[in-house]
Amino acid sequence: MTTLKEGGAPSEQRAPRQSRAKSSPREIRRQAPGTPWLFLAPYLILFIGFVLVPIVFGAWISLHTWDYTRPLKPFVGLQNYTELFQPDSAQFQNFWGSMQATGIFTLFSVPLLLTIPLGVALLMAKKFPGRNFFRAVYFAPYVLGVAVVAVLWRYLLDNNIGLVNYYLGLLGLPNDIAWTTSTPAAWVALVGVTVWWTLGFNAVIYLAALQDIPAELYEAARVDGANGWQQFVNVTLPGLRPVLSFVTIVTLIASVNMFGQSFLITQGGPGRETRTAIYQIADTGLRNFQMGSAAAMSYVLTVFLIGLSLVVFWLFREKKGS
Amino acid sequence: MTNPKRFLRRHLKAATAIGAVALLGLTACGGSGGDQAAAEFTGEYTGPEVELSYWNGFTGGDGPFMEGMVEEFNAEHENIKVVSNTMQWADFYQRLPAAVTAGEGPDVGVMHLDQLSTNAARNVIVPVDDLTDTLELTADDFTEEVWNAGVYKEERFGVPLDVHSLAMYYNTEHFAAAGITEAPTDAASFEDALEKLQAAGYENPFWMPSLWPSHLINLSLLWQNGGQPYDAEASQANFASPEGIDAITWQTDIIENGYSPSNVALDSQYVAFKNGETSITWDGIWQLNDLEASGLPYAAAPLPTIGSEEAVWGSSHNFFLPRQATPDADKQNAAKVFIAWMSENSEEWAGSGMIPARESVRAAGALDGMPQEAIAENIDDMRFLPPIPGIGAVQTETLEVGVNKAVLGDQSPEEAMTEAAENASQLMEENKASFGE
Repeated sequence: MTTLKEGGAPSEQRAPRQSRAKSSPREIRRQAPGTPWLFLAPYLILFIGFVLVPIVFGAWISLHTWDYTRPLKPFVGLQNYTELFQPDSAQFQNFWGSMQATGIFTLFSVPLLLTIPLGVALLMAKKFPGRNFFRAVYFAPYVLGVAVVAVLWRYLLDNNIGLVNYYLGLLGLPNDIAWTTSTPAAWVALVGVTVWWTLGFNAVIYLAALQDIPAELYEAARVDGANGWQQFVNVTLPGLRPVLSFVTIVTLIASVNMFGQSFLITQGGPGRETRTAIYQIADTGLRNFQMGSAAAMSYVLTVFLIGLSLVVFWLFREKKGS
Repeated sequence: MTNPKRFLRRHLKAATAIGAVALLGLTACGGSGGDQAAAEFTGEYTGPEVELSYWNGFTGGDGPFMEGMVEEFNAEHENIKVVSNTMQWADFYQRLPAAVTAGEGPDVGVMHLDQLSTNAARNVIVPVDDLTDTLELTADDFTEEVWNAGVYKEERFGVPLDVHSLAMYYNTEHFAAAGITEAPTDAASFEDALEKLQAAGYENPFWMPSLWPSHLINLSLLWQNGGQPYDAEASQANFASPEGIDAITWQTDIIENGYSPSNVALDSQYVAFKNGETSITWDGIWQLNDLEASGLPYAAAPLPTIGSEEAVWGSSHNFFLPRQATPDADKQNAAKVFIAWMSENSEEWAGSGMIPARESVRAAGALDGMPQEAIAENIDDMRFLPPIPGIGAVQTETLEVGVNKAVLGDQSPEEAMTEAAENASQLMEENKASFGE
């Protein structure tokens, strides 16, 4: 893989001496073939080991009845996939129920995670005393692990002994909402907790993008008589567009991959209603040892995710062109 | 002098090698499989010094007692050093098969009784018959139910350390205020107690959980009604049998009659009990130390008999020997010495709130004055899940979901349990096929 033009041992020893002596641009380029690989190596190894190989291996698993503790892992072709599309199979209801749960969560969390952090970023971009403090406050929940966030909110949201209902009662609002044991309240709780937890990340990215928009553009807009709203629509939003597409994709993927919140706050309940796709996949593969079926589910989910991402890319590209 | 190009090449090669090793490590997870004959066990270990890795899930108030016993064992045995690895039970049951399959399993461990058959069928653990034969351990020194539940396909896979069950905890201050002098023991006296507590101003005296341990309450009631959750052929679940429907209906009636608030979320019945907000709760006896530490005025009693016969859900911690990729006779013998010693010295384990499994240990006074003493008296009423491979996952996927839906009122008790039973029967049939029975 490190074959150079000349090749052979003697030249191998001579080449560097030459390059050190002359150090002409051409000589430097001669050394180049290996260099990019060297720089890539640390990430490439991880990428191959933890992304590429699992992708291929996962596809292989999905074609088998795969229980890694059992010696026999019979090849079953596409059966794991067809089962997911047969209404009378054991997996059908659980899997599509979990896909629906993921859909509901994504539908409500993504718009909120795109708009609320933007609002926060716009506020944080203004100059006011204690600005850095507030920036830290809004970002703070993001550094917490999902276990911490979930346990915290599970107790706060408890409908019988939790603080949230207690304060709602003090305000004269209904204080018997079952936040973690009934839908749709559980969805409100899960989306709310997720927004509270992760808005800081999106806000920071927005904030960085806001600071990149040249002040002259705002100045010019003001000279032209644009009011605050017009400046936002015509200067801020177009300036955010490249970042917006990134934030949308990242948020979308994070929402579709939601697992910890429902695993820890609602335990998938009531019944199975808040079991998300990842929850179902983890349960099928790791608790029930049906890795083949779980792998097939992952691939179906991946297809959906790729489709959604393409739609988002297409939407943002279209606007760019106009 | 250093040669930059060779230097670079060498490193590229090294990097490639590391990558290749990483890939190998990831893919080389194939098991060795096959039967494994256990080494001849003589009852004691006189070989060279060995270090045993010992896996368990005692992360709660039981942990320090286990550590104490291990330290004592190490002090008494010069040539054996036991090193504990303690993790959450949920992680334990995922990690153990993975570790054993990869040839990285422990030398000895503890798991729950209802997991033995699953792990035996997966070839994760090996029989311990020679150990129990040498030690002359028989059903006589254990209750028959717990002893027999450790057998899968006519081979024994576990040595019981303890038994544990659900218990009824009640707030003695509340009981005194309500004028109740004795712990209720049957359906009538239990309902009477609930009414007296309500009359004394304790609005919701008995919170009915929608999640853990509601399915264990359900199983206890089903057994009390004379039912069996699973049929003898392990192909059908009886959650929707008349006994099962009666059980779940009693649970939902507790809510409908106003003794419990609706929608009791995870753990809140226990937190409410500790805060003095509710008067009675049914939970595992392993909570005893936590309640002792909380300073709450409480007492523990056996579950009242709501149905026609005395019964309560129980389980047991069992020592097991994992399958080894390369069996080491010394280590295996040392591990057996460890199991034997722990079993014989299990009186100390009573401090964890559990009940030592051996009759001889209990008879020697291990439970005298312990808070679980009253519950241990009913040890013969404890019911254990039958040794059906995969039964744990079946329950999580079906019974727990069904009980949850019924208790939350999302479905009628009949609907919820019928659906749960159908799903469970389907899963059990699938398991039978996959475990090749």
